[in-house]
Amino acid sequence: MAVLVDLGTRVLCQGMTGRAGTYHTGRAIAYGTRVVAGVTPGKGGTRHLDLPVFDTVAEAVAETGANASMIFVPAPSAAAAMIEAIEAEIPLVVCVTERVPVLDMVRVRHALAGSKTRLVGPNSQGVLAPGVCKIGVMGTVHARPGGIGIASRTASLTSEIAANLSAVGLGQSTTIGIGGDPVHGIGFVDCLKLFMADEATEGVILIGEIGGSEEEQAAEYLRAEKPSKPVVALVAGRHAPPQRRMGHAGTLTIFGRGDAASKIEALRQAGAIIAPDAHHVADAMREALGRR
Amino acid sequence: MDLHEFQSKEILSRYGVAVPPGRVAWTAEEAESIARELDARRFAVKAQVHAGGRGRAGGVRLAATSDQVRSIAADLLGTTLVTEQTGPAGRTVRRVYVEAGVEAKRDLYVAVLVDRRLGAVTLIATRRGGEDIEERVARDPSIVERLEIPPDGIGGADYAGFAARLDLDGAAGEHAAVLFRNLVQAFFDLDASLIEINPLAVTAAGDVVALDVKLVLDDNALFRHPDLAELRDVDSLDPVELQAQRNEINFVRMDGDIGVVVNGAGLALATHDMLRDAGGRPANFMDIRTTANSIDIARGLDLLFGNPGVKVVLVNIHGGGMTRCDTVAEAIGISVRRSGRRLPIVYRAAGNNAEFSRTVLNNCGVAYMPADDMAHAVALAVAAARGEAA
Repeated sequence: MAVLVDLGTRVLCQGMTGRAGTYHTGRAIAYGTRVVAGVTPGKGGTRHLDLPVFDTVAEAVAETGANASMIFVPAPSAAAAMIEAIEAEIPLVVCVTERVPVLDMVRVRHALAGSKTRLVGPNSQGVLAPGVCKIGVMGTVHARPGGIGIASRTASLTSEIAANLSAVGLGQSTTIGIGGDPVHGIGFVDCLKLFMADEATEGVILIGEIGGSEEEQAAEYLRAEKPSKPVVALVAGRHAPPQRRMGHAGTLTIFGRGDAASKIEALRQAGAIIAPDAHHVADAMREALGRR
Repeated sequence: MDLHEFQSKEILSRYGVAVPPGRVAWTAEEAESIARELDARRFAVKAQVHAGGRGRAGGVRLAATSDQVRSIAADLLGTTLVTEQTGPAGRTVRRVYVEAGVEAKRDLYVAVLVDRRLGAVTLIATRRGGEDIEERVARDPSIVERLEIPPDGIGGADYAGFAARLDLDGAAGEHAAVLFRNLVQAFFDLDASLIEINPLAVTAAGDVVALDVKLVLDDNALFRHPDLAELRDVDSLDPVELQAQRNEINFVRMDGDIGVVVNGAGLALATHDMLRDAGGRPANFMDIRTTANSIDIARGLDLLFGNPGVKVVLVNIHGGGMTRCDTVAEAIGISVRRSGRRLPIVYRAAGNNAEFSRTVLNNCGVAYMPADDMAHAVALAVAAARGEAA
């Protein structure tokens, strides 16, 4: 049916009583997501959006059986919120918060190692299984249930491509925003593994961009595993202005250049179908599925 | 946030990092008197601009006398330095750093940064430093030595072993091990995203001296460091890009004639790719952040309508949970009225409140060419920029 979430997903929201938390929790409930609790330290025992609010994640889990968390806590406290959710052994944690300090994420990654949690984000639009569950802030007007999995580093481009897929009759099993930050939770490789193991997913779309090494790691995985489902990849930023490409002398090549051309080449050589641009992703997937 | 070399050296010297004695000069006369005070046999005069590759671009020069220091400083100050990292416009040299020369027996490249793949702070180094480091690493990545730092164990990493791997022994090995530990400590304390020392000189006496230092701080952590945030050199930033940033918009000036308005970095990159493939020339890169309201966006659009080089405006919005299409349409209405310019506008909106946003534009009296999808929008914009009807 979907990856990461299903009809049994019970969501708590850390930071639900804030402005963004209130708005997006309301939207998620309206979409049909089972939100069961909010967590805001100091507001335990109150109610918000007609839901119980707890001081801690552990209490909320004990009282409501929540098995997923959606985090809207402001950046200075976001890492502490993620670590609290990891320590409460919540299986799925989605962090929407932007501008989390990178050293805070180094601590979060340390807390994640060997834990029972899968972290999505931070700086992620979230996880959407159309018609089933929405944890995050993405638009849903053009999303339709179906068999395409999307893993993406960028929010508005994901909505664009989901809309194009829906327009050619290809719904989505799940869309996952892995987030745009240098250090984050699950990556393209984790998403590929989930989608390849999911019966409802027929094909996978990777939406990458310049910088980092997510695309190269995905290419390594594809080359080693040779999965049977088609993978269509788009790497945005072939013509990015130089200031967006510029890095720091020495560090760039040491960790791979991260430019679009080398990412595209790595993915192509690993057997991914390269979409020439955003407009042709849906068609590329339709063709790939038609050939099977 | 990039810091200048002189700022970086001052900060790191608080962590026990040895740097050559030196000071900043705003004039040639000042440079000469600093050189006299330093009383050294050799001097380095270095342009203070935020860009790598200064040496190869002539921004770092050596002098033997204080007279030479003055004439080099006079030469550099006020000129525009173009390096491989500045772009063709270059950067104006407003000040130079004058420091004593150091006799190096050998030099290394050393950096501390976050390895994205590992999600861990990592110390890296090569046995030989210099400005061609990138090319050498590209040819042979195995010349890079790495040491992963445990997140809670700055003291637990084997710095002495790392120095030994770099063939540093005796006094140099001991000094280097202390330096490495101090650099890592500084990286954590300062919330840095990069500390780079290139070259790190090793003297005949076994001292290790940082000849050039680059310190980049994590913008997202500056709230923890108000004292460091004040060091930002606002003069060195593009005023247009700075104004955009203050209005929650990422903006990069380019030299084309199609003004581009997009929400989200990924969609913006994808729009540029299609525009360039179709032969269009963007006048800017714009990514409206999710936190921008219509007033912010209107201020961002003012930068675009105020650019006389812009002949056409291409709007590509995919309204999501945060940025709704009508918010952008409202901003267009405000900015068009304010500028009074009647530029052709190609308008493509999808997602949240797309239909309503067209009503908003109509109500604001903004004329536009509607586009069905990205490809259509790009084709219309390129044709309009060429003065053709699409």
